[in-house]
Amino acid sequence: MVLVFVEHNNGTFKKAALEAVTYAKMTADTLGTDCKALVFGTAEEASELGKYGVSSVLSLSSDHLAHYDSQAYAAAVANVAKASGASVVVLNNNSTGVGITGRIAVKLDAGCASGVNSLPVKTDNGITVEKNIFSGKAISTINLTSPVSVISVTGNTIQPEVVGSPCSVESISADVPAPRTQVISQDKQQGTVAPLPEAELVVSAGRGMKGPENWGIIEALADALGATTACSRPVADTGWRPHHEHVGQTGVAIRPNLYIAAGISGAIQHLAGVNSSKCIVVINKDPEAPFFKAADYGICADLFDVVPKLTEAIKKAKA
Amino acid sequence: MKQLVCISKTPETTTQIKLSGDSSQLDVAGINYILNPYDEWYALVRAIELKEQIGGTVTVVNVGDASNDVVIRKALAIGADDAIRIDQTPDSALSVAKAIAATVSSDGYDIVYCGKESIDYNGSQVGSMLSELLDVPFVPQAVNMTVEGSTATIQRDIEGGTETISVNTPFLISAAKGLAEQRIPNMRGIMMSKKKPLNVVSQDISDSSTTVTKYTLPAGKGSIKMIDADNMDELVRLLQEEAKVL
Ligand SMILES: Cc1cc2nc3c(=O)[nH]c(=O)nc-3n(C[C@H](O)[C@H](O)[C@H](O)COP(=O)(O)OP(=O)(O)OC[C@H]3O[C@@H](n4cnc5c(N)ncnc54)[C@H](O)[C@@H]3O)c2cc1C
Repeated sequence: MVLVFVEHNNGTFKKAALEAVTYAKMTADTLGTDCKALVFGTAEEASELGKYGVSSVLSLSSDHLAHYDSQAYAAAVANVAKASGASVVVLNNNSTGVGITGRIAVKLDAGCASGVNSLPVKTDNGITVEKNIFSGKAISTINLTSPVSVISVTGNTIQPEVVGSPCSVESISADVPAPRTQVISQDKQQGTVAPLPEAELVVSAGRGMKGPENWGIIEALADALGATTACSRPVADTGWRPHHEHVGQTGVAIRPNLYIAAGISGAIQHLAGVNSSKCIVVINKDPEAPFFKAADYGICADLFDVVPKLTEAIKKAKA
Repeated sequence: MKQLVCISKTPETTTQIKLSGDSSQLDVAGINYILNPYDEWYALVRAIELKEQIGGTVTVVNVGDASNDVVIRKALAIGADDAIRIDQTPDSALSVAKAIAATVSSDGYDIVYCGKESIDYNGSQVGSMLSELLDVPFVPQAVNMTVEGSTATIQRDIEGGTETISVNTPFLISAAKGLAEQRIPNMRGIMMSKKKPLNVVSQDISDSSTTVTKYTLPAGKGSIKMIDADNMDELVRLLQEEAKVL
Protein backbone atom coordinates (compact mmCIF):
# COMPACT_ATOMS: atom_id res chain seq x y z
CA MET A 1 0.00 0.00 0.00
CA VAL A 2 1.12 3.54 -0.76
CA LEU A 3 0.31 6.06 1.99
CA VAL A 4 0.20 9.73 1.04
CA PHE A 5 0.24 12.37 3.76
CA VAL A 6 -2.03 15.19 2.57
CA GLU A 7 -2.08 18.59 4.21
CA HIS A 8 -5.19 20.70 4.16
CA ASN A 9 -5.96 24.34 4.91
CA ASN A 10 -9.12 24.44 7.01
CA GLY A 11 -10.58 21.50 5.17
CA THR A 12 -9.58 22.32 1.60
CA PHE A 13 -6.66 20.99 -0.40
CA LYS A 14 -4.11 23.09 -2.27
CA LYS A 15 -2.99 22.05 -5.73
CA ALA A 16 0.38 20.88 -4.39
CA ALA A 17 -1.39 18.50 -2.01
CA LEU A 18 -3.42 17.04 -4.89
CA GLU A 19 -0.22 16.64 -6.91
CA ALA A 20 1.13 14.43 -4.11
CA VAL A 21 -2.07 12.35 -4.21
CA THR A 22 -1.82 11.84 -7.96
CA TYR A 23 1.87 10.98 -7.55
CA ALA A 24 1.00 8.41 -4.88
CA LYS A 25 -1.79 6.93 -7.02
CA MET A 26 0.56 6.53 -10.00
CA THR A 27 3.18 5.00 -7.70
CA ALA A 28 0.60 2.53 -6.42
CA ASP A 29 -0.34 1.61 -10.00
CA THR A 30 3.33 1.01 -10.84
CA LEU A 31 3.69 -1.25 -7.81
CA GLY A 32 0.36 -3.00 -8.35
CA THR A 33 -1.12 -1.95 -5.04
CA ASP A 34 -3.63 0.54 -3.66
CA CYS A 35 -3.23 4.00 -2.25
CA LYS A 36 -4.60 5.60 0.92
CA ALA A 37 -4.45 9.18 2.12
CA LEU A 38 -3.69 10.31 5.66
CA VAL A 39 -5.12 13.64 6.80
CA PHE A 40 -4.79 15.22 10.23
CA GLY A 41 -8.03 16.32 11.83
CA THR A 42 -11.25 16.46 9.88
CA ALA A 43 -11.12 17.93 6.41
CA GLU A 44 -14.46 18.81 4.91
CA GLU A 45 -13.35 17.83 1.42
CA ALA A 46 -11.56 14.63 2.53
CA SER A 47 -13.80 12.26 0.56
CA GLU A 48 -12.96 14.24 -2.60
CA LEU A 49 -9.46 12.74 -2.50
CA GLY A 50 -11.08 9.57 -3.83
CA LYS A 51 -11.40 11.36 -7.17
CA TYR A 52 -7.61 11.50 -7.38
CA GLY A 53 -7.35 7.77 -6.87
CA VAL A 54 -7.11 6.96 -3.16
CA SER A 55 -9.20 3.98 -2.03
CA SER A 56 -9.86 5.55 1.36
CA VAL A 57 -8.91 8.48 3.53
CA LEU A 58 -7.57 7.87 7.04
CA SER A 59 -8.43 10.76 9.30
CA LEU A 60 -6.32 11.07 12.45
CA SER A 61 -7.40 13.55 15.11
CA SER A 62 -5.23 14.45 18.09
CA ASP A 63 -4.74 17.60 20.16
CA HIS A 64 -1.04 17.05 19.62
CA LEU A 65 -1.44 17.73 15.90
CA ALA A 66 -3.16 21.11 16.25
CA HIS A 67 0.03 22.87 15.16
CA TYR A 68 2.99 21.79 13.07
CA ASP A 69 5.63 20.09 15.19
CA SER A 70 8.11 17.89 13.37
CA GLN A 71 8.30 15.30 16.15
CA ALA A 72 4.56 14.91 16.60
CA TYR A 73 3.83 15.00 12.86
CA ALA A 74 6.57 12.53 11.97
CA ALA A 75 5.55 10.10 14.71
CA ALA A 76 1.92 10.28 13.60
CA VAL A 77 2.75 9.59 9.94
CA ALA A 78 5.22 6.83 10.82
CA ASN A 79 2.84 5.12 13.23
CA VAL A 80 -0.01 5.14 10.71
CA ALA A 81 2.36 3.87 8.01
CA LYS A 82 3.39 0.99 10.26
CA ALA A 83 -0.12 0.13 11.36
CA SER A 84 -1.45 0.17 7.81
CA GLY A 85 1.46 -1.75 6.33
CA ALA A 86 2.53 0.96 3.88
CA SER A 87 5.48 0.14 1.63
CA VAL A 88 5.86 3.68 0.29
CA VAL A 89 5.11 6.95 2.10
CA VAL A 90 4.62 10.00 -0.14
CA LEU A 91 4.53 13.62 0.98
CA ASN A 92 5.16 17.11 -0.40
CA ASN A 93 8.66 18.54 -0.34
CA ASN A 94 7.52 21.81 1.22
CA SER A 95 8.03 23.59 4.53
CA THR A 96 6.15 20.81 6.31
CA GLY A 97 7.80 17.94 4.47
CA VAL A 98 11.30 19.29 4.97
CA GLY A 99 10.94 18.93 8.74
CA ILE A 100 9.49 15.43 8.80
CA THR A 101 10.72 13.47 5.77
CA GLY A 102 14.01 12.51 7.43
CA ARG A 103 12.38 11.88 10.80
CA ILE A 104 9.82 9.52 9.25
CA ALA A 105 12.59 7.68 7.39
CA VAL A 106 14.53 7.15 10.63
CA LYS A 107 11.41 5.92 12.42
CA LEU A 108 10.55 3.47 9.64
CA ASP A 109 14.13 2.47 8.95
CA ALA A 110 13.28 3.46 5.39
CA GLY A 111 15.26 4.47 2.34
CA CYS A 112 14.52 8.08 1.61
CA ALA A 113 14.55 10.41 -1.38
CA SER A 114 13.61 14.06 -0.96
CA GLY A 115 12.77 16.62 -3.61
CA VAL A 116 11.93 13.93 -6.15
CA ASN A 117 10.69 15.05 -9.58
CA SER A 118 9.96 11.80 -11.42
CA LEU A 119 7.56 8.93 -10.96
CA PRO A 120 9.15 5.78 -9.53
CA VAL A 121 10.30 2.97 -11.78
CA LYS A 122 10.18 -0.60 -10.49
CA THR A 123 13.52 -2.43 -10.44
CA ASP A 124 14.62 -5.94 -9.41
CA ASN A 125 15.37 -4.86 -5.89
CA GLY A 126 13.13 -1.86 -5.25
CA ILE A 127 12.30 1.37 -7.02
CA THR A 128 14.26 4.21 -8.61
CA VAL A 129 13.33 7.88 -8.61
CA GLU A 130 15.04 10.98 -9.97
CA LYS A 131 15.80 14.29 -8.33
CA ASN A 132 17.68 17.44 -9.25
CA ILE A 133 21.05 17.94 -7.62
CA PHE A 134 23.35 20.96 -7.66
CA SER A 135 20.11 22.97 -7.78
CA GLY A 136 19.36 21.66 -11.25
CA LYS A 137 22.84 21.44 -12.78
CA ALA A 138 22.49 17.64 -12.78
CA ILE A 139 19.95 14.91 -12.07
CA SER A 140 20.55 11.86 -9.92
CA THR A 141 18.78 8.52 -10.14
CA ILE A 142 18.28 7.03 -6.70
CA ASN A 143 17.64 3.38 -5.96
CA LEU A 144 15.56 2.69 -2.85
CA THR A 145 15.87 -0.92 -1.73
CA SER A 146 14.49 -1.02 1.80
CA PRO A 147 11.11 -2.69 2.54
CA VAL A 148 9.65 0.77 3.18
CA SER A 149 10.56 3.94 1.25
CA VAL A 150 9.83 7.59 1.93
CA ILE A 151 9.51 9.98 -1.03
CA SER A 152 8.97 13.73 -0.87
CA VAL A 153 7.78 15.22 -4.15
CA THR A 154 8.79 18.58 -5.57
CA GLY A 155 5.99 20.94 -6.57
CA ASN A 156 4.87 20.98 -10.22
CA THR A 157 6.31 17.47 -10.86
CA ILE A 158 2.96 16.20 -12.15
CA GLN A 159 -0.50 17.68 -12.47
CA PRO A 160 -3.39 16.46 -10.30
CA GLU A 161 -5.53 14.04 -12.29
CA VAL A 162 -9.10 13.01 -11.60
CA VAL A 163 -9.38 9.23 -12.07
CA GLY A 164 -12.17 8.12 -9.73
CA SER A 165 -14.98 9.16 -7.45
CA PRO A 166 -15.26 10.28 -3.82
CA CYS A 167 -14.24 7.62 -1.29
CA SER A 168 -14.90 6.71 2.32
CA VAL A 169 -13.26 8.51 5.21
CA GLU A 170 -12.25 6.40 8.18
CA SER A 171 -11.39 7.84 11.59
CA ILE A 172 -8.30 6.21 13.02
CA SER A 173 -6.20 6.62 16.13
CA ALA A 174 -2.45 6.44 16.61
CA ASP A 175 0.12 7.32 19.23
CA VAL A 176 1.17 10.95 18.86
CA PRO A 177 3.72 12.43 21.28
CA ALA A 178 3.12 15.89 22.75
CA PRO A 179 4.71 18.63 20.65
CA ARG A 180 7.81 20.29 22.08
CA THR A 181 7.58 23.37 19.87
CA GLN A 182 4.86 25.97 19.99
CA VAL A 183 3.64 27.92 16.99
CA ILE A 184 3.10 31.48 18.20
CA SER A 185 1.96 33.10 14.99
CA GLN A 186 1.89 32.89 11.21
CA ASP A 187 2.52 35.85 9.00
CA LYS A 188 1.44 35.24 5.42
CA GLN A 189 1.43 37.77 2.65
CA GLN A 190 -2.05 38.73 1.60
CA GLY A 191 -3.01 38.03 -1.94
CA THR A 192 -3.86 35.14 -4.10
CA VAL A 193 -0.69 34.34 -6.04
CA ALA A 194 1.07 31.06 -5.32
CA PRO A 195 4.19 31.15 -3.13
CA LEU A 196 7.40 30.85 -5.16
CA PRO A 197 8.13 27.13 -4.68
CA GLU A 198 4.61 26.26 -5.91
CA ALA A 199 4.26 28.95 -8.57
CA GLU A 200 3.52 28.00 -12.19
CA LEU A 201 4.25 31.47 -13.53
CA VAL A 202 7.17 33.55 -12.27
CA VAL A 203 8.33 37.05 -13.21
CA SER A 204 11.86 37.73 -12.01
CA ALA A 205 14.13 40.75 -12.19
CA GLY A 206 17.76 41.59 -11.45
CA ARG A 207 20.22 44.42 -11.14
CA GLY A 208 19.21 45.73 -14.55
CA MET A 209 16.24 47.29 -12.71
CA LYS A 210 18.61 49.96 -11.34
CA GLY A 211 16.75 50.34 -8.04
CA PRO A 212 13.84 49.10 -5.91
CA GLU A 213 11.72 52.10 -6.87
CA ASN A 214 11.40 50.71 -10.40
CA TRP A 215 9.73 47.41 -9.46
CA GLY A 216 6.24 48.73 -10.29
CA ILE A 217 6.53 47.50 -13.90
CA ILE A 218 7.56 44.01 -12.73
CA GLU A 219 4.64 43.85 -10.30
CA ALA A 220 2.27 45.06 -13.02
CA LEU A 221 3.48 42.29 -15.35
CA ALA A 222 3.15 39.70 -12.58
CA ASP A 223 -0.36 40.97 -11.79
CA ALA A 224 -1.43 40.76 -15.41
CA LEU A 225 -0.24 37.14 -15.54
CA GLY A 226 -1.25 36.10 -12.03
CA ALA A 227 2.44 35.29 -11.56
CA THR A 228 4.70 35.29 -8.51
CA THR A 229 7.68 37.68 -8.35
CA ALA A 230 11.30 36.57 -7.85
CA CYS A 231 14.73 38.19 -8.04
CA SER A 232 18.45 37.56 -8.42
CA ARG A 233 20.71 37.29 -5.39
CA PRO A 234 22.33 40.76 -5.43
CA VAL A 235 18.87 42.28 -5.54
CA ALA A 236 17.90 40.48 -2.33
CA ASP A 237 21.30 41.05 -0.73
CA THR A 238 21.05 44.82 -1.18
CA GLY A 239 17.56 44.79 0.27
CA TRP A 240 15.80 45.88 -2.93
CA ARG A 241 13.55 42.85 -2.58
CA PRO A 242 12.78 40.45 0.31
CA HIS A 243 15.05 37.42 0.87
CA HIS A 244 12.36 34.89 0.07
CA GLU A 245 12.27 36.11 -3.56
CA HIS A 246 15.92 35.14 -4.14
CA VAL A 247 16.13 32.26 -6.62
CA GLY A 248 19.22 30.32 -7.66
CA GLN A 249 21.75 27.92 -6.27
CA THR A 250 21.82 29.65 -2.89
CA GLY A 251 18.16 30.71 -2.99
CA VAL A 252 14.93 28.97 -3.86
CA ALA A 253 15.14 26.41 -6.67
CA ILE A 254 12.00 26.63 -8.78
CA ARG A 255 10.42 24.77 -11.71
CA PRO A 256 7.52 26.86 -12.97
CA ASN A 257 5.93 26.47 -16.38
CA LEU A 258 7.01 29.99 -17.32
CA TYR A 259 9.96 32.00 -16.01
CA ILE A 260 10.35 35.56 -17.30
CA ALA A 261 13.71 37.15 -16.41
CA ALA A 262 14.24 40.88 -16.90
CA GLY A 263 17.61 42.54 -16.34
CA ILE A 264 19.26 39.33 -15.09
CA SER A 265 22.57 38.35 -16.69
CA GLY A 266 22.18 34.59 -16.19
CA ALA A 267 25.16 33.73 -13.98
CA ILE A 268 25.70 30.01 -13.45
CA GLN A 269 24.46 30.24 -9.85
CA HIS A 270 21.26 31.92 -11.00
CA LEU A 271 20.65 29.44 -13.83
CA ALA A 272 21.13 26.52 -11.45
CA GLY A 273 17.96 27.39 -9.56
CA VAL A 274 15.74 28.21 -12.53
CA ASN A 275 16.81 26.04 -15.46
CA SER A 276 14.19 23.39 -14.69
CA SER A 277 11.52 25.90 -15.74
CA LYS A 278 9.52 24.56 -18.66
CA CYS A 279 9.76 27.80 -20.66
CA ILE A 280 12.17 30.70 -20.12
CA VAL A 281 11.79 34.23 -21.54
CA VAL A 282 14.78 36.56 -21.18
CA ILE A 283 14.65 40.34 -21.52
CA ASN A 284 18.13 41.87 -21.58
CA LYS A 285 19.69 44.75 -23.50
CA ASP A 286 23.07 43.01 -23.77
CA PRO A 287 23.11 40.54 -26.71
CA GLU A 288 26.04 38.74 -25.03
CA ALA A 289 24.14 38.09 -21.77
CA PRO A 290 24.69 34.39 -20.91
CA PHE A 291 21.00 33.98 -20.09
CA PHE A 292 20.13 34.00 -23.81
CA LYS A 293 21.88 30.62 -24.12
CA ALA A 294 19.51 29.10 -21.57
CA ALA A 295 16.27 30.63 -22.81
CA ASP A 296 13.43 29.64 -25.15
CA TYR A 297 12.45 33.18 -26.13
CA GLY A 298 14.60 36.30 -25.98
CA ILE A 299 14.02 40.00 -26.36
CA CYS A 300 17.21 42.00 -26.71
CA ALA A 301 16.11 45.48 -25.68
CA ASP A 302 15.66 47.91 -22.80
CA LEU A 303 13.49 46.28 -20.17
CA PHE A 304 11.93 49.62 -19.22
CA ASP A 305 10.50 49.70 -22.73
CA VAL A 306 9.70 45.98 -23.13
CA VAL A 307 8.12 45.03 -19.80
CA PRO A 308 5.20 47.52 -19.98
CA LYS A 309 4.56 46.48 -23.59
CA LEU A 310 4.47 42.82 -22.61
CA THR A 311 2.06 43.64 -19.79
CA GLU A 312 -0.26 45.39 -22.26
CA ALA A 313 -0.05 42.49 -24.71
CA ILE A 314 -1.00 40.03 -21.97
CA LYS A 315 -3.91 42.14 -20.80
CA LYS A 316 -5.10 42.39 -24.39
CA ALA A 317 -4.85 38.61 -24.90
CA LYS A 318 -6.75 37.95 -21.69
CA ALA A 319 -9.49 40.49 -22.38
CA MET B 1 25.27 27.82 25.67
CA LYS B 2 26.87 24.74 24.13
CA GLN B 3 26.41 24.84 20.38
CA LEU B 4 27.17 22.42 17.56
CA VAL B 5 27.18 23.30 13.86
CA CYS B 6 27.11 20.53 11.26
CA ILE B 7 29.15 21.59 8.25
CA SER B 8 29.63 20.01 4.87
CA LYS B 9 31.96 20.52 1.95
CA THR B 10 30.43 21.26 -1.45
CA PRO B 11 31.74 22.08 -4.91
CA GLU B 12 32.14 25.78 -5.43
CA THR B 13 29.07 27.43 -6.99
CA THR B 14 30.63 28.15 -10.40
CA THR B 15 31.39 24.43 -10.89
CA GLN B 16 30.20 22.99 -14.20
CA ILE B 17 29.02 19.48 -13.44
CA LYS B 18 30.61 16.80 -15.63
CA LEU B 19 30.04 13.08 -15.59
CA SER B 20 32.53 10.27 -15.88
CA GLY B 21 32.24 7.96 -18.90
CA ASP B 22 29.53 5.57 -17.76
CA SER B 23 27.37 8.19 -16.00
CA SER B 24 27.59 6.34 -12.71
CA GLN B 25 29.84 8.97 -11.23
CA LEU B 26 30.46 12.69 -11.13
CA ASP B 27 33.75 13.74 -12.65
CA VAL B 28 35.38 15.50 -9.71
CA ALA B 29 38.66 16.33 -11.42
CA GLY B 30 39.57 19.97 -10.95
CA ILE B 31 36.61 20.84 -8.72
CA ASN B 32 37.26 23.45 -6.03
CA TYR B 33 35.45 22.93 -2.76
CA ILE B 34 33.95 25.38 -0.32
CA LEU B 35 32.09 25.25 2.95
CA ASN B 36 28.42 24.77 2.14
CA PRO B 37 27.06 28.36 2.04
CA TYR B 38 24.02 27.71 4.27
CA ASP B 39 26.28 26.14 6.90
CA GLU B 40 28.88 28.89 6.72
CA TRP B 41 26.97 32.11 6.08
CA TYR B 42 23.97 31.51 8.29
CA ALA B 43 24.30 28.56 10.72
CA LEU B 44 27.89 29.06 11.82
CA VAL B 45 27.71 32.86 12.00
CA ARG B 46 24.48 32.80 14.04
CA ALA B 47 26.07 30.35 16.49
CA ILE B 48 29.13 32.60 16.82
CA GLU B 49 26.97 35.72 17.31
CA LEU B 50 25.06 33.97 20.07
CA LYS B 51 28.27 32.90 21.76
CA GLU B 52 29.55 36.48 21.60
CA GLN B 53 26.31 37.63 23.17
CA ILE B 54 25.79 35.10 25.96
CA GLY B 55 28.95 33.00 26.13
CA GLY B 56 29.56 29.29 25.73
CA THR B 57 31.19 27.33 22.94
CA VAL B 58 30.74 26.61 19.24
CA THR B 59 31.91 23.23 17.94
CA VAL B 60 31.74 22.26 14.27
CA VAL B 61 31.33 18.68 13.10
CA ASN B 62 31.95 17.23 9.65
CA VAL B 63 31.75 13.72 8.25
CA GLY B 64 34.45 12.97 5.71
CA ASP B 65 38.10 12.31 5.03
CA ALA B 66 41.19 14.44 5.69
CA SER B 67 40.68 16.41 2.48
CA ASN B 68 37.84 18.17 4.34
CA ASP B 69 40.24 19.70 6.87
CA VAL B 70 40.65 22.82 4.70
CA VAL B 71 36.98 23.79 4.99
CA ILE B 72 36.92 22.77 8.66
CA ARG B 73 39.85 25.15 9.33
CA LYS B 74 37.88 27.87 7.58
CA ALA B 75 35.02 27.37 10.04
CA LEU B 76 37.55 27.66 12.88
CA ALA B 77 38.94 30.84 11.28
CA ILE B 78 35.46 32.37 11.16
CA GLY B 79 35.18 31.73 14.90
CA ALA B 80 34.27 28.19 15.93
CA ASP B 81 36.22 27.03 19.01
CA ASP B 82 36.95 23.46 18.04
CA ALA B 83 36.08 20.86 15.45
CA ILE B 84 35.27 17.20 15.17
CA ARG B 85 35.86 15.33 11.94
CA ILE B 86 34.24 11.93 11.74
CA ASP B 87 36.53 10.01 9.47
CA GLN B 88 34.06 8.10 7.36
CA THR B 89 33.01 8.25 3.74
CA PRO B 90 29.40 9.41 3.78
CA ASP B 91 27.20 7.23 1.59
CA SER B 92 23.81 8.80 2.30
CA ALA B 93 22.13 11.47 4.42
CA LEU B 94 21.19 8.74 6.88
CA SER B 95 24.75 7.53 7.37
CA VAL B 96 25.90 11.13 7.95
CA ALA B 97 23.15 11.74 10.50
CA LYS B 98 23.85 8.43 12.25
CA ALA B 99 27.58 9.09 12.39
CA ILE B 100 27.02 12.52 13.95
CA ALA B 101 24.42 11.21 16.39
CA ALA B 102 26.70 8.37 17.48
CA THR B 103 29.53 10.84 18.08
CA VAL B 104 27.74 13.69 19.88
CA SER B 105 24.57 12.28 21.45
CA SER B 106 25.96 12.25 24.99
CA ASP B 107 27.72 15.62 24.75
CA GLY B 108 24.71 17.69 25.79
CA TYR B 109 24.58 20.33 23.07
CA ASP B 110 21.90 22.97 23.66
CA ILE B 111 21.52 24.06 20.05
CA VAL B 112 22.51 22.03 17.00
CA TYR B 113 22.54 23.73 13.59
CA CYS B 114 22.48 22.46 10.03
CA GLY B 115 22.24 24.47 6.83
CA LYS B 116 18.85 24.49 5.12
CA GLU B 117 20.35 22.19 2.50
CA SER B 118 23.71 21.36 1.02
CA ILE B 119 24.04 22.93 -2.41
CA ASP B 120 25.31 19.68 -3.95
CA TYR B 121 22.71 17.00 -3.20
CA ASN B 122 19.98 19.43 -2.08
CA GLY B 123 18.61 16.76 0.23
CA SER B 124 17.65 18.79 3.31
CA GLN B 125 17.56 15.53 5.22
CA VAL B 126 20.46 15.44 7.67
CA GLY B 127 18.85 17.95 10.06
CA SER B 128 15.54 16.16 10.15
CA MET B 129 17.18 12.74 10.57
CA LEU B 130 19.65 13.94 13.19
CA SER B 131 16.89 15.57 15.26
CA GLU B 132 15.06 12.25 15.31
CA LEU B 133 18.19 10.33 16.29
CA LEU B 134 18.94 12.86 19.06
CA ASP B 135 15.26 12.97 20.07
CA VAL B 136 15.08 16.78 20.00
CA PRO B 137 12.64 19.25 18.42
CA PHE B 138 13.55 20.46 14.93
CA VAL B 139 12.75 23.84 13.39
CA PRO B 140 13.59 23.82 9.67
CA GLN B 141 14.34 26.88 7.48
CA ALA B 142 15.02 29.36 10.29
CA VAL B 143 15.43 32.97 9.14
CA ASN B 144 15.62 34.63 12.56
CA MET B 145 16.35 33.46 16.10
CA THR B 146 16.51 35.19 19.47
CA VAL B 147 17.42 33.34 22.66
CA GLU B 148 16.26 34.28 26.16
CA GLY B 149 17.52 31.93 28.88
CA SER B 150 16.76 28.44 27.60
CA THR B 151 13.92 29.56 25.30
CA ALA B 152 14.39 30.45 21.67
CA THR B 153 11.96 32.35 19.49
CA ILE B 154 12.49 31.38 15.88
CA GLN B 155 10.98 32.59 12.65
CA ARG B 156 10.99 30.10 9.83
CA ASP B 157 10.08 30.28 6.15
CA ILE B 158 6.79 28.72 5.15
CA GLU B 159 5.04 28.95 1.78
CA GLY B 160 4.15 32.58 1.27
CA GLY B 161 5.33 33.89 4.64
CA THR B 162 6.89 33.05 7.97
CA GLU B 163 5.89 31.23 11.12
CA THR B 164 7.08 32.15 14.61
CA ILE B 165 7.94 29.27 16.91
CA SER B 166 8.94 28.99 20.53
CA VAL B 167 11.14 26.10 21.65
CA ASN B 168 13.28 25.22 24.65
CA THR B 169 16.80 23.86 24.46
CA PRO B 170 17.94 21.35 23.45
CA PHE B 171 16.76 21.67 19.85
CA LEU B 172 18.00 21.57 16.27
CA ILE B 173 17.44 24.19 13.57
CA SER B 174 18.28 24.41 9.91
CA ALA B 175 19.55 27.79 8.78
CA ALA B 176 18.16 29.75 5.82
CA LYS B 177 19.03 33.13 4.36
CA GLY B 178 18.40 35.93 6.85
CA LEU B 179 19.46 34.07 10.01
CA ALA B 180 22.82 35.91 9.97
CA GLU B 181 25.13 37.88 7.69
CA GLN B 182 28.15 36.26 6.06
CA ARG B 183 31.48 36.95 7.84
CA ILE B 184 34.85 36.97 6.15
CA PRO B 185 37.60 35.47 8.36
CA ASN B 186 40.26 38.02 9.34
CA MET B 187 44.03 37.46 9.59
CA ARG B 188 43.88 36.87 13.33
CA GLY B 189 41.13 34.30 12.92
CA ILE B 190 43.10 32.49 10.24
CA MET B 191 46.24 32.40 12.43
CA MET B 192 44.29 31.18 15.45
CA SER B 193 42.44 28.52 13.47
CA LYS B 194 45.69 26.62 13.01
CA LYS B 195 46.03 26.10 16.75
CA LYS B 196 42.42 25.25 17.50
CA PRO B 197 41.64 21.57 18.19
CA LEU B 198 40.44 19.45 15.27
CA ASN B 199 39.61 16.06 16.73
CA VAL B 200 39.38 13.14 14.36
CA VAL B 201 37.14 10.28 15.45
CA SER B 202 36.07 7.22 13.55
CA GLN B 203 32.68 5.64 13.08
CA ASP B 204 31.78 2.81 10.80
CA ILE B 205 28.22 3.36 9.72
CA SER B 206 26.91 2.61 6.29
CA ASP B 207 23.51 2.73 4.66
CA SER B 208 22.63 0.61 1.68
CA SER B 209 18.93 1.47 1.51
CA THR B 210 19.44 4.59 -0.60
CA THR B 211 22.01 4.66 -3.39
CA VAL B 212 22.62 6.91 -6.34
CA THR B 213 22.88 4.62 -9.36
CA LYS B 214 23.21 7.17 -12.13
CA TYR B 215 23.75 10.83 -12.90
CA THR B 216 22.45 12.69 -15.93
CA LEU B 217 22.75 16.23 -17.17
CA PRO B 218 19.59 18.22 -17.89
CA ALA B 219 18.53 18.36 -21.53
CA GLY B 220 19.75 21.67 -22.86
CA LYS B 221 17.40 24.20 -24.39
CA GLY B 222 16.89 24.07 -28.13
CA SER B 223 17.72 27.18 -30.07
CA ILE B 224 16.32 30.42 -28.76
CA LYS B 225 13.71 32.43 -30.67
CA MET B 226 14.45 36.16 -30.63
CA ILE B 227 11.40 38.41 -30.69
CA ASP B 228 11.23 42.05 -31.61
CA ALA B 229 10.59 44.43 -28.73
CA ASP B 230 7.72 45.97 -30.67
CA ASN B 231 6.01 42.63 -31.21
CA MET B 232 4.93 41.50 -27.75
CA ASP B 233 1.64 40.21 -29.20
CA GLU B 234 3.73 37.64 -31.05
CA LEU B 235 5.48 36.59 -27.83
CA VAL B 236 2.14 36.13 -26.09
CA ARG B 237 0.88 34.08 -29.04
CA LEU B 238 3.97 31.84 -28.89
CA LEU B 239 3.61 31.38 -25.15
CA GLN B 240 0.00 30.35 -25.66
CA GLU B 241 0.19 28.28 -28.81
CA GLU B 242 3.76 26.99 -29.04
CA ALA B 243 5.01 26.72 -25.47
CA LYS B 244 1.46 26.26 -24.13
CA VAL B 245 2.31 27.84 -20.81
CA LEU B 246 -0.36 30.55 -20.77
C1 LIG C 1 28.69 31.60 -3.76
C2 LIG C 1 27.78 32.33 -4.68
C3 LIG C 1 26.42 31.99 -4.73
C4 LIG C 1 25.54 32.67 -5.57
N1 LIG C 1 24.23 32.31 -5.60
C5 LIG C 1 23.37 32.99 -6.41
C6 LIG C 1 22.00 32.64 -6.47
O1 LIG C 1 21.52 31.73 -5.78
N2 LIG C 1 21.18 33.35 -7.27
C7 LIG C 1 21.63 34.40 -8.05
O2 LIG C 1 20.83 35.01 -8.75
N3 LIG C 1 22.94 34.74 -8.02
C8 LIG C 1 23.81 34.07 -7.22
N4 LIG C 1 25.11 34.45 -7.17
C9 LIG C 1 25.50 35.69 -7.86
C10 LIG C 1 25.74 35.50 -9.34
O3 LIG C 1 27.07 35.08 -9.53
C11 LIG C 1 25.52 36.84 -10.08
O4 LIG C 1 26.38 37.80 -9.53
C12 LIG C 1 24.10 37.38 -9.98
O5 LIG C 1 23.17 36.37 -10.35
C13 LIG C 1 23.93 38.55 -10.89
O6 LIG C 1 22.69 39.17 -10.68
P1 LIG C 1 22.00 40.01 -11.83
O7 LIG C 1 21.88 39.18 -13.03
O8 LIG C 1 20.76 40.59 -11.25
O9 LIG C 1 23.03 41.24 -12.02
P2 LIG C 1 24.11 41.50 -13.16
O10 LIG C 1 25.00 40.36 -13.37
O11 LIG C 1 24.69 42.82 -12.84
O12 LIG C 1 23.22 41.61 -14.47
C14 LIG C 1 22.36 42.65 -14.76
C15 LIG C 1 21.85 42.42 -16.17
O13 LIG C 1 20.88 43.39 -16.48
C16 LIG C 1 21.06 43.81 -17.82
N5 LIG C 1 20.49 45.15 -17.92
C17 LIG C 1 20.91 46.29 -17.34
N6 LIG C 1 20.10 47.30 -17.64
C18 LIG C 1 19.14 46.81 -18.45
C19 LIG C 1 18.02 47.36 -19.10
N7 LIG C 1 17.70 48.65 -18.98
N8 LIG C 1 17.26 46.57 -19.88
C20 LIG C 1 17.55 45.24 -20.02
N9 LIG C 1 18.60 44.66 -19.42
C21 LIG C 1 19.37 45.44 -18.64
C22 LIG C 1 22.54 43.76 -18.05
O14 LIG C 1 22.81 43.62 -19.44
C23 LIG C 1 22.95 42.53 -17.22
O15 LIG C 1 22.94 41.37 -18.03
C24 LIG C 1 26.02 33.74 -6.37
C25 LIG C 1 27.37 34.07 -6.34
C26 LIG C 1 28.24 33.39 -5.51
C27 LIG C 1 29.68 33.76 -5.50
